[in-house]
Amino acid sequence: MISFCIFTLQLMGMEKDMEQMFQEKIDKEIRIEPKDWMPEKYRQTLIRQISQHAHSEIVGMLPEGNWITRAPNLRRKAILLAKVQDEAGHGLYLYSAAETLGISRDEMYEQLHSGKAKYSSIFNYPTLSWADMGAIGWLVDGAAIMNQVPLCRTSYGPYARAMVRVCKEESFHQRQGFEILLTLSRGTEAQRRMARDSINRWWWPSIMMFGPKDDESPNTIQSMKWKIKRFTNDELRQKFVDICAEQIKILNLTIPDPDLKWNEEKGHYDFGTINWDEFWQVIAGNGPCNKERLDARKKAWEEGAWVREAATAHAQKRAQRLAEKRA
Amino acid sequence: MKQYINKYYYGDYGEGKNGAADISTSGKSQQEWPLWEIFIRSKQGLDHKHVGSLHATDAQMAIENARDVYTRRMEGISIWVVESKYIHASNPDDAEALYDPANDKAYRHPTFYDLPDELTHI
Repeated sequence: MISFCIFTLQLMGMEKDMEQMFQEKIDKEIRIEPKDWMPEKYRQTLIRQISQHAHSEIVGMLPEGNWITRAPNLRRKAILLAKVQDEAGHGLYLYSAAETLGISRDEMYEQLHSGKAKYSSIFNYPTLSWADMGAIGWLVDGAAIMNQVPLCRTSYGPYARAMVRVCKEESFHQRQGFEILLTLSRGTEAQRRMARDSINRWWWPSIMMFGPKDDESPNTIQSMKWKIKRFTNDELRQKFVDICAEQIKILNLTIPDPDLKWNEEKGHYDFGTINWDEFWQVIAGNGPCNKERLDARKKAWEEGAWVREAATAHAQKRAQRLAEKRA
Repeated sequence: MKQYINKYYYGDYGEGKNGAADISTSGKSQQEWPLWEIFIRSKQGLDHKHVGSLHATDAQMAIENARDVYTRRMEGISIWVVESKYIHASNPDDAEALYDPANDKAYRHPTFYDLPDELTHI
């Protein structure tokens, strides 16, 4: 018993040394790779964050996929198709990055379908008009890019590499969105109204995308220390507001926030209070489309089961035939 | 010290391992399609480079999926796929033994040699 205790103590001491060495690597900006030792909590935090990110890409296809058949012309349809295909790709890059941490793809799907894993709450809002494709591209993808660019330097190698690819592709998403709004804003009064209504609905949910305020985001400090995160939620949100407040002038429209005002002293825009109650409600599953989105994912998964099984059977049969031929 | 180190598998699954599918905690995942590592040659004259992984039932499907996932913007003109379990990799714990000996062999680099400035074409 005593020797067992000593052994445990030794192990605990070693764990501490390992953690210290790990932190030194992080501080020296050495990337962590899958086979390297890492604290269990670092691994768990990454699995949660990367899989949540992957789920967001996949669920994010739903509100837009809805509009592919209703795009106003062939050019817009081709663009939207390419964008939605990119989101699928981004989901796949991220799932495979998460798998390097020892969680299987099926487990991640299961967590999504059971509601255990979250995805970005922005996708629980409905897309009511074509202008929403513009607002999503400009605001939702814009906010996502703001979050994602620093992640290209995140401390975990496979995640950082996946994010480099995602960011390269994401830029067109935002530009095509702004172009949709620009076209509408220069169109008829009805088209301008459509653009305005869309921005009014998407503005606040978009700035909620950066997550809770810093003092209510308990994981931020540790994530910053491990250099998973490089900026806090509020820092990124402020940057985003500053940029959008200028960009909207080109659309000759307004951001639906009476408190939005340039603050000379701070060198930033002041903005109104976010409805955090709404934010937490949507996260808790009570947003306008939470159920619809999850049902769509589960339906796709269940109805695709026979295809997955058939593909496996086909591959086995082909391998068998090949083996017989060789024999 | 070694018995104490957690190992996760990626690309380098080691003998007999089938990637995350094998080490997952939910029994169901055994039905997952195998994992493949994808290598892309971006243009003629360059090496194939590892870009990531994906799931597929066989090599042909892995190539087709890799084309959709990793070459949507002319990133490649040739694809290699290798089932992840066949990749073997060095252990990070051996890094010292493997790579440190190269540190003190500066004479393997051309800049090691102090030669007169008037010496040209060398």
